[in-house]
Amino acid sequence: MFGDYSLSDLGAIFAMQGFAGLILFSVYVLMALGLAIIFGQMGVINMAHGEFMILGAYVTWMTSNVFQKYAPWLFPEYFFAAMILAFIASGALGMLVEWALIRHLYKRPLDTLLATWGLSLILQQAYRSIFGAREVGVELPAWMMGSWQATDSIQIPINGMFVMGLTVLITIAVAYVLFWSSWGKQVRAVVQNRVMAGAVGINTEKVDRYTFGLGCGIAGVAGSAFTMIGSTGPTAGQLYIVDTFLVVVFGGAASLLGTIASAFTISQTDSTLEFFMSGSMAKVITLLAIVAILMMRPQGLFALKVRK
Amino acid sequence: MSDEIKGGLKSPLRRRLLAGMAALPAISLLPRPSWADVPATSAVNTTGLAVTDTDVTVGILHSVTGTMAISETGSVEAEKLAIAQINAAGGVLGRQIKFIQEDGASDWPTFAEKAKKLLVNDKCAAVFGCWTSASRKAVLPVFEQYNGMLYYPTFYEGLEQSKNVIYTGQEATQQIIAGLDWVNKTKGAKTFYLLGSDYIWPRTSNKIARKHIEGHLQGCKVVGEEYFPLGHTQFNSVINKIKLTKPDVIYAIIVGGSNVAFYKQLKAAGIDLSKQTLLTISVTEDEIDGIGGENIAGAYACMKYFQSLDNPNNKAFVAAFKKMWGEKTVIGDVTQAAYLGPNLWKLTVEKAGSFDIDKIAAASPGVEFKGAPEGYVRIHENHHLWSKTRVGRARADGQYDVIYETADLVEPNPFPKGYQ
Repeated sequence: MFGDYSLSDLGAIFAMQGFAGLILFSVYVLMALGLAIIFGQMGVINMAHGEFMILGAYVTWMTSNVFQKYAPWLFPEYFFAAMILAFIASGALGMLVEWALIRHLYKRPLDTLLATWGLSLILQQAYRSIFGAREVGVELPAWMMGSWQATDSIQIPINGMFVMGLTVLITIAVAYVLFWSSWGKQVRAVVQNRVMAGAVGINTEKVDRYTFGLGCGIAGVAGSAFTMIGSTGPTAGQLYIVDTFLVVVFGGAASLLGTIASAFTISQTDSTLEFFMSGSMAKVITLLAIVAILMMRPQGLFALKVRK
Repeated sequence: MSDEIKGGLKSPLRRRLLAGMAALPAISLLPRPSWADVPATSAVNTTGLAVTDTDVTVGILHSVTGTMAISETGSVEAEKLAIAQINAAGGVLGRQIKFIQEDGASDWPTFAEKAKKLLVNDKCAAVFGCWTSASRKAVLPVFEQYNGMLYYPTFYEGLEQSKNVIYTGQEATQQIIAGLDWVNKTKGAKTFYLLGSDYIWPRTSNKIARKHIEGHLQGCKVVGEEYFPLGHTQFNSVINKIKLTKPDVIYAIIVGGSNVAFYKQLKAAGIDLSKQTLLTISVTEDEIDGIGGENIAGAYACMKYFQSLDNPNNKAFVAAFKKMWGEKTVIGDVTQAAYLGPNLWKLTVEKAGSFDIDKIAAASPGVEFKGAPEGYVRIHENHHLWSKTRVGRARADGQYDVIYETADLVEPNPFPKGYQ
């Protein structure tokens, strides 16, 4: 396959392909982080995760319209405001949902699957009624859309690097919150033993609500970032949900490190295979490999050691 | 919604008797000016369709919920516009068109169920609807069993022909071959990279494209052919492959949300569509709305209609469409083809002098619509349309500049020999 190409050509392609893999890795981590918190820490199977992401995307779209109309000179920087607003909007909706729906189902985790699936259908139709059935085009500032010319033949997409940077920042923030802040300790205490945590004075209801809100808020930021690489429509969230669950389950539900490791494995397999064969075949082989590994290690790559 | 016609569902015999009796005194009264133009219901409807002395009921069957609502909304709007215009101009055989709209909900069994409802319960004289091939395949047996008439608007892969369907979009060879010839001749293109979403339409279309490139274009070859699952959002790997193989033409048949991801990532990867030729048959003005004009400017699209077509029919159509559905709406190829449906049906009914399905099916070949926004169209023996094929170049504002059109109408050929 490579016989006809010069060495420098191939070098450039492999460098770019490496970056393509890293970008895919960041995308996977970003979309899985929110779910890893909700599913991993709380045991809630949130099928509406994609719809929380799309809420973030719609917030970004609205922000861009507002900036274009009222503050065109700030348009190049609007994206940062949009991401913060997306976090707030998705987080607030998440807390509302937790209060209205999820908190009644903590003792029946499997039922959360049905409840949140229903929620995802409701949200999709709500987006369709509010924003219209057609996709909306989110206009991005010019500086985000180009590519960075590393050498003559190596071009790196700027939005890809932006997603990578964002992923690193959010991952560090989440790790800090969960593992080093006192609030994170409360979250983990509630996860391990709700009754005991309540007994030592932790307000478990409040912890639950904020955890769910945090997960949804991060989904919103991810959705906001994905307007750079994907579509924004009422059902666009469905494009992400399968990959998201794949990453979280394969990584081992309760482990942040597992999520990252699994995102890395899946993204590298995907992007390497896709380079050598058709996109559809690459997906099939990736999925087969995951199934095989999960059969050998049902608990995922990394699992918390707990006494049974 | 079926309430509209509840009054019309009495037995046909009784209705005909009533109509006959109602007509008796009318004869002795002053002649109404339109009386002579309105043939008796018993004469134009011998099979019990929902036709009365004053109106005729048709069905609209598209997805307004679910994934496909993105695409099908425009078709619904166009069909409603056409019906409103026909009614304003006096209706069909003196009868006003009433429509019953059903939602296929992006789910193929639902389409079949609703089609049956429209034909069996509502006795619709014609149905305008379906968008994806999958939904058409699901309703086809229903239309054949209950002898209904479907006007199907989407450009599609061909390999189908039915007495009960009129295909108002292009079949694959009409859309593909002219575009490839054009890019070969004017751009001197020799190498092609074929891309598509992984389902029947892109696969069949790329098969036809490959046969044409390798068999009919001198010295041309296909350097890559790839398919992606529907909803795929990561195209960086294939973009790198395109950079490596440096094809003269990227030939893309990607649909849905993937489209947006593909063009955004293509631009971000530094592929400049003003230098790299990209030819697509799956991006209409509707899709550009979601992709963003700035991300696809410079790409070429090959289909039969663009909103920017410069002719009096189209200008009137675009103005009427925007007046009815808002200044911001855009009109793509399929939307225009959906607009043809009710108009062709009206012309056919008038030619046949009857609403009966069999008579319409027989009268369809040769029906001409001179007021079509795309220009003149005519129905072929095989129930597809003769139409011109055009190439447009995407502008940053989301519209196309039409830069080429075939000199003659292209013959529809749903079962192309040598291309299968």
